[in-house]
Amino acid sequence: MTTDVLPDPAATSAPAAGTVRLAAEQLRLAYDEHVVVQDVDLELTDGSFTAIVGPNGCGKSTLLRALGRLLRPAGGQVLLDGRAIARTPTREVAKVLGLLPQSPIAPEGLTVADLVARGRHPHQSWVRQWSRDDESVVAEALEWTDMAELAERPVDELSGGQRQRAWISMALAQGTDLLLLDEPTTYLDLAHQIDVLELVGRLHAERGRTVAVVLHDLNLAARYAQRLVAMKDGVLVASGTPAQVLTEELLADVFDLEARIVPDPVTGTPMVVPVRRLR
Amino acid sequence: MTATLERPVSGPRGRTTVRVGPVSVLLRWRQLLVPLIALVVLVLVSAVSIGRGDYPVAIPDVLRTLAGLGEGPQNFIVLQLRAPRVIVGLLVGLALGVAGALFQTFARNPLASPDTLGITVGASVGAVAALVLTGGSSVGALLGGFGVPLAALSGALVTGLLLFLLAWRAGVDGYRLVLVGIALWSVGSALVDWLLTNAQVYDAAAAYVWITGSLNARTWDQAVPLAIALAVLVPLSLAAGRALNVLQFGDDTARGLGLRLAGAQTAVVLLAVALTAAAVSAAGPITFVALVVPQVAVRLTGGSRPPLLASGLLGAVLVVSADLVTRTALPEALPVGIITAVIGAPYLLWLLVRGRRQFT
Repeated sequence: MTTDVLPDPAATSAPAAGTVRLAAEQLRLAYDEHVVVQDVDLELTDGSFTAIVGPNGCGKSTLLRALGRLLRPAGGQVLLDGRAIARTPTREVAKVLGLLPQSPIAPEGLTVADLVARGRHPHQSWVRQWSRDDESVVAEALEWTDMAELAERPVDELSGGQRQRAWISMALAQGTDLLLLDEPTTYLDLAHQIDVLELVGRLHAERGRTVAVVLHDLNLAARYAQRLVAMKDGVLVASGTPAQVLTEELLADVFDLEARIVPDPVTGTPMVVPVRRLR
Repeated sequence: MTATLERPVSGPRGRTTVRVGPVSVLLRWRQLLVPLIALVVLVLVSAVSIGRGDYPVAIPDVLRTLAGLGEGPQNFIVLQLRAPRVIVGLLVGLALGVAGALFQTFARNPLASPDTLGITVGASVGAVAALVLTGGSSVGALLGGFGVPLAALSGALVTGLLLFLLAWRAGVDGYRLVLVGIALWSVGSALVDWLLTNAQVYDAAAAYVWITGSLNARTWDQAVPLAIALAVLVPLSLAAGRALNVLQFGDDTARGLGLRLAGAQTAVVLLAVALTAAAVSAAGPITFVALVVPQVAVRLTGGSRPPLLASGLLGAVLVVSADLVTRTALPEALPVGIITAVIGAPYLLWLLVRGRRQFT
C-alpha cells in the first residue's frame, strides 16, 4: 500500500504515551431504577488494547455503551480527553470515538461501499457531502479490510464474517482515535472470530487505534488484548495484563469455573482449560 | 473556483462526484433520473387531466394557458375550473409521498405510513365530527366551507402529537411507534364508526365521501394554503435526508456516527405529521399513496431507503392519474382514494414479485 490517507492518530495527534484518553470515574449505570454497574473507575490510555470480560449479565456491554456516550451515567462521569463526554457535542465525540454495537443492523439494500461511506458522516456537512478526503479514506478503508471486491454487494447478502469486516471498515473510515467494539465476534465461527480479531489487532498495531472490546472468549481476549478488565455483578474486580487477571482464583470467583491455566502453545499468553462448573 | 466531474476510477458505477470549490456532492444517476422522469410524466398527466372534460382543451393550449398566454374562455376553464383540482391532487400526492418516505425510513418499517399510524384516521375523526355533529344547521353550512378542513387538520395534528408523545421514551423507537400508531388507528376508526352510526343519513353520506378522499370541487381556496405549507415542509424534509441516512441504522450506530438522535427523530416525525395533516385537510385521507409510493420509488431508484423527492413526485403522479381515471374513464365519478388503491396495490405486488429485493 503506497498511499496512506487514513488519519493515523499515532503519527498526527501524538499524545504522549500513557495519556489517558477515555476514563470512567466512580461510574454508576442504571436502566430506570435497576443499577447495572457501580463504582467503576477505569482508564484507557492512548494506544492501549483493552478487553472487558465477565459472565453474562455482569454489565460489561453496559459499561462499554456508557464509555461510548450511548448511556447517560446515573452517577459519576465519563471523561473523553479530560472532558465530560456527556457535555461534549455528539458530533465532536464521533470524530474521536467510534463504536461498533453488538450485531449492528444495516438497512436492506445498502451496499458495502455505502455503509463504509456513512462512516464519514461526522466529517461531512450539507455543503461538503463527498470530499476528496471522504473518497480516498473510504477507498482505503475498503482496501485495508479486504472489502474492495465486495464494495458493490448489499451488506445483507454477505456472510457473517464479511459483514463484520464491513462494519469494521466503516469504523475505520470514521477515522477515530478510539474504537469501542461490543462483542464483535458474536455468531461467528472460530476462523472468522480470529479473522475479525486479527483485523482489530492490526487497527491497534498498525493504525495506532486505542481499542476497547467486550469479549466472551477468554483465550482470545488474552491473546489479542494487552490488558484485561474483569467484571462481576456490575463491579470491576480485576484489571491488568492477561497473566495477572486470568488466574484460577479469579475464574472460580468471577465465572464459578474450576479451570487450569496453561500457556497458550502458540503465543504463550494464558489459556483457560475448563474443568467443571462450581456451585 | 473550478468545477470537477469525476468518475471514480474503480468501484461504484452510475455515480459521479461534483466538486465546486468547497461544495462536494455525490450524484447517483438513477436517483436523479427517476425524479426527472416522474416530473415529466407529472406535467403531461396534469395537462391531460386539465384538458379533459365537457369542454376539451388540447394539451398545448393547456400548457400555454398555464404559462399565462391563454385567452378568454380557455383561461376561465383551465385556470379557475380545472387547474385547482389537479394542483390540489398534485400537492396532496407530493405531501403523502414524502410523508410516507419519512415515516418508513424513520420506523425502518415499510408498513409505517400515515394510514397505518392512525394520523389519517385522526383527520377523519375531526372531519366527520365537524360534518355530523353540526349537520344540517347553518353552522354546518359554514363549517362545510372552512370548518371541515380545519377540523381534519386539527384531528391529524392531535393524533400525530399523541403518537409522538406516547411513542416517546428517551427517543422514539420505530417499532414502538408502529404499535402505538396501530392502537391510535383502532381508536380513531371506532370513533369514526360511532359518529357515522349516530349521524343523519345525509350527513353520513357526505362524511363517507370525505373519508374516502376526494378532489371534487377543489378550488384555489384549498390549493393556495396547501402550496404554502408544502413550500416550507418539503424543503425541510429534503434537508433531513442526510440525517435519515444515519437514522436508518440502529439508534446506537446513529449516535456513534454523531447524530443528535432525539432532535433528528423529533424533526422527522413532526415533519411527516405536518405533511400528512396538510394533505389530508385538503383532500381527505387518500389512502395507500403514502404506503405504496415510497416502496415503489425505492425499487426504481435503488439504494437503501425510500428517496424523498422521487417518492413525492411519484405520489403526485399517482394521485393526479387516479383523479384523471375517476373523472374520465369511469361511468360514475368515484372518489380518487379508491383508484389510488386499485392502481397502487397491483403495481407494488408486481414489483415485489419481479424484484430480487425482499419486502422487509
